[in-house]
Amino acid sequence: MGALLGVLPFLAYTTIFLMIPTLIVVVGAFVNGKGRPTLGNLSALAQPQIVSAFMNSLLLSAVTAVLGAVFGALLAYAVSTARQSGPLRRMITSVCGVLAQFGGVTLAFAFGATVGLQGFLTLWLQKVGINLAGSTWLYEPNKGLMLVYTYFQIPLMLIVFLPAVEGLRPQWREAAESLGGSTWDYWRHVGGPILAPSFIGAMLLLFTNAFSAYATAAALISQGSPIIPLQIGDTFSSEVILGQENVGKAMALGMVAIVAVVMTLYVVLERRTSRWLAR
Amino acid sequence: MSPTQMPVSDSVAGSEPGHGVAVTLFDLHRSYGPIRALDGLTLDIAPGEFVALLGPSGCGKTTVLRVLAGLEDADSGRVEVGGKDITSVPTNARDMGMVFQAYSLFPHMTVRQNVEFGLRLRRIPSTRRSTRVSEMLDLVELSDHADRYAHQLSGGQQQRVALARALAIAPQVLLLDEPLSALDAKVRVQLRDEIRRIQLEVGTTTLFVTHDQEEALAVADRVGVMRAGNLEQLASPHDLYARPATPFVADFVGLTNRLRATVDHERANLLGTSVPLLPGSVQRGAALVLIRPESIAVTADPDGRATVVTASFLGATGSLYAVTESGETVLAQIDNDAVATFNPGDKVSLVPRPNPALAVAAYADASLVAPD
Amino acid sequence: MKLRAARRRKQTIFRRVVVGLIGLFFALPLLAMVEFTTRAPGGGRTLQTWTTLFNLAAIDANYPELKTGIQASAGLVLLTVAIMLVMLVPTMTWIRLRVPGMRRLVEFICLLPLTIPAIVLVVGLAPVYAWVAYFLGESSLWLAFAYVVLVLPYAYRALDAGLSAIDVKTLAEAARSLGAGWPTVMWRIILPNMRTAVLSASFLSVALVLGEFTIANLFSRENLQVAINQLGKRDDSLATAAALAALILAFIVLFAMSFVGAARGSHRPEEN
Repeated sequence: MGALLGVLPFLAYTTIFLMIPTLIVVVGAFVNGKGRPTLGNLSALAQPQIVSAFMNSLLLSAVTAVLGAVFGALLAYAVSTARQSGPLRRMITSVCGVLAQFGGVTLAFAFGATVGLQGFLTLWLQKVGINLAGSTWLYEPNKGLMLVYTYFQIPLMLIVFLPAVEGLRPQWREAAESLGGSTWDYWRHVGGPILAPSFIGAMLLLFTNAFSAYATAAALISQGSPIIPLQIGDTFSSEVILGQENVGKAMALGMVAIVAVVMTLYVVLERRTSRWLAR
Repeated sequence: MSPTQMPVSDSVAGSEPGHGVAVTLFDLHRSYGPIRALDGLTLDIAPGEFVALLGPSGCGKTTVLRVLAGLEDADSGRVEVGGKDITSVPTNARDMGMVFQAYSLFPHMTVRQNVEFGLRLRRIPSTRRSTRVSEMLDLVELSDHADRYAHQLSGGQQQRVALARALAIAPQVLLLDEPLSALDAKVRVQLRDEIRRIQLEVGTTTLFVTHDQEEALAVADRVGVMRAGNLEQLASPHDLYARPATPFVADFVGLTNRLRATVDHERANLLGTSVPLLPGSVQRGAALVLIRPESIAVTADPDGRATVVTASFLGATGSLYAVTESGETVLAQIDNDAVATFNPGDKVSLVPRPNPALAVAAYADASLVAPD
Repeated sequence: MKLRAARRRKQTIFRRVVVGLIGLFFALPLLAMVEFTTRAPGGGRTLQTWTTLFNLAAIDANYPELKTGIQASAGLVLLTVAIMLVMLVPTMTWIRLRVPGMRRLVEFICLLPLTIPAIVLVVGLAPVYAWVAYFLGESSLWLAFAYVVLVLPYAYRALDAGLSAIDVKTLAEAARSLGAGWPTVMWRIILPNMRTAVLSASFLSVALVLGEFTIANLFSRENLQVAINQLGKRDDSLATAAALAALILAFIVLFAMSFVGAARGSHRPEEN
């Protein structure tokens, strides 16, 4: 019993700063401004701007997850062929470690400097006759925002997927070859199937990552809130309409539900592959 | 030539014994920077023969295997199989079966799928495939495990599946890269005998790499001891043991005493007796004689010139350490029921048996006999 | 003749092309930031923005929000790492040694933030932080409590890997049999062997704290990213420079960490 006391500080801390907030969201979604139970928050989710925000979020997350997964996997494979503790490997892993975390403000400024109103690419393309400055393509969730999101999706893919690629034992390749397989045979029958669960799992992780992202869009978009995280952010600052005080919590709950489903799939897939790729 | 172009002969469905081919490795050189992994190695393997390559780590034995398999390029030299020069042929067209040290089973496939992999690549129709797979699984005695996955099998079972997979394609040559090194001692002994039994049944020319000399001696038709990229000696296990060509071989294979003696006219004066010497020994002068423990007879003798240090019971035999008057420690083999009769401090007589021993120059530095 | 060498060459070309192209995609915006922050009014280049950025007196005088932001983030980094280590390291070690049954629960809790993203957490944290403000005031420093939660999954993984690599139970038992008390075991036996994992967890926390914007912004507190964002409305060149500088700093920190890991080597036990 005394031993359990050792875990108490941790449990207390996480209860206050993690469990209670979660409970507040979950319970609050079903409670109205006066504290009475209601389903009004949930039905408020059917409002057009919220529905379209969910749709945009899902589309944005799905597309950037796929793009990030494909290019990130390619990059991961390329890096895996480099020397184990060589400079290239270290550099790329560090860069990706930073870029995966540094969404938000930095990214907004970086892309602003590239393709924003005064971005060098914008200015350069204007000389060639293409005018980007007029359009707001950068700020649209299914154009510019997608491009910006891949900027942290690809590095995240590398970090998550590289261990799986490195888990491919050379003996498998050599055995396949000695049995008469070509490079294509190897990837089709051995390498591909073995990596597939990890690949899909990583893609799911990328999905939740994009779905949950707030900072990048907040820094980039000044007009409107086309995605769910921004809608939630709005509930902090904008004036609250009577009867809609806890809609933000309902939206948050919706987000959690979607993310929880995806994360469960991810865990299931990971458990399967860890058996294969374990030492 | 890709596997799909290879003739799908009847030998796949049921091979007869003795269908192996001859293998020739000629003057192979391979360097990794300053390190010479292969230094002009030449090796001929007769059809159906089982050759073991034995040596310490870094001697190049695995490199030989991998060059033969096509997994590594030699810098120069020739590889011939069945009379054909295959030096430039890629691995997947060499028709060789390979068993790796560990981890080579495809983890996402069942035992059955692993074994039939090579057959699938060769577009063997599924009925013939399953017959062949059943045959192979019977051969390695794993028919009950056909639908298991690699991680559900023990190490020994995994290696048997790897063997079945390699043999399923009826390869011209079977290559085994330290297949037993990752296994427990008891499993090792069982499995090496099984490998030999299977090889004799199927008759494939086989190259087996190991660092365990007991293993090599137990299974092979001929054993090649390698050092620093080349063969020190290639001979039958018996010849290798009884007539080592170099001090390195004498020391690496089996246990050896190194005793000081004077050499004169092909005999050495050792422990008070004259001992015949092997060809290749030093001809005269002060020398170190390499002599096996079982070639030294021990008798209790109150006037003896050696003193017992320890006597150990080893099960089937016993060993005895004694110190001579000149301060040298001698290891002798004794009967297991004689062990109890010797106590530390007893006086004994050490008499070499009249088997030929190998003598090397006395000032030879330790590296020649490469202790580990 | 040289089949393997040919294959290796193809791999190298593939690697260089892929890394090159993707590297270009990533370098472009970063280079754009450099370009943007070095534009001189009449064309040509100037380092004006950068010298201003590193001129502490000028920052202090003209851009107080940036100074506040940097100070706040510096404090947050230290506080977050401190709380994270003090809470996680003893707890995780304790669990391994004394209450292994709780491992699943603790692991679940630590990985939960992956499912409860910052934007959701912040909704539920608002009332909690009302209490924090009541007891501890409105300082940005108390964001650290929330940051520790955000950092939990990454720190847990790093520390867990470190604890797995050393045989904690055996080390602790050996130390205890020689007479060491629990504090000694933790401080002088376990912790020194976990240096790499601790550093790894700390560096990951640093990167996260320096890049965090969501919670600070929605709680209207100060930190580096919030300050840069605000600055951007006034002087986008300076803000861009500050953002780039923060990015490079985080990269240096992570790059340095990769050397620490390599220098220690792997702790694989000798094979007999």
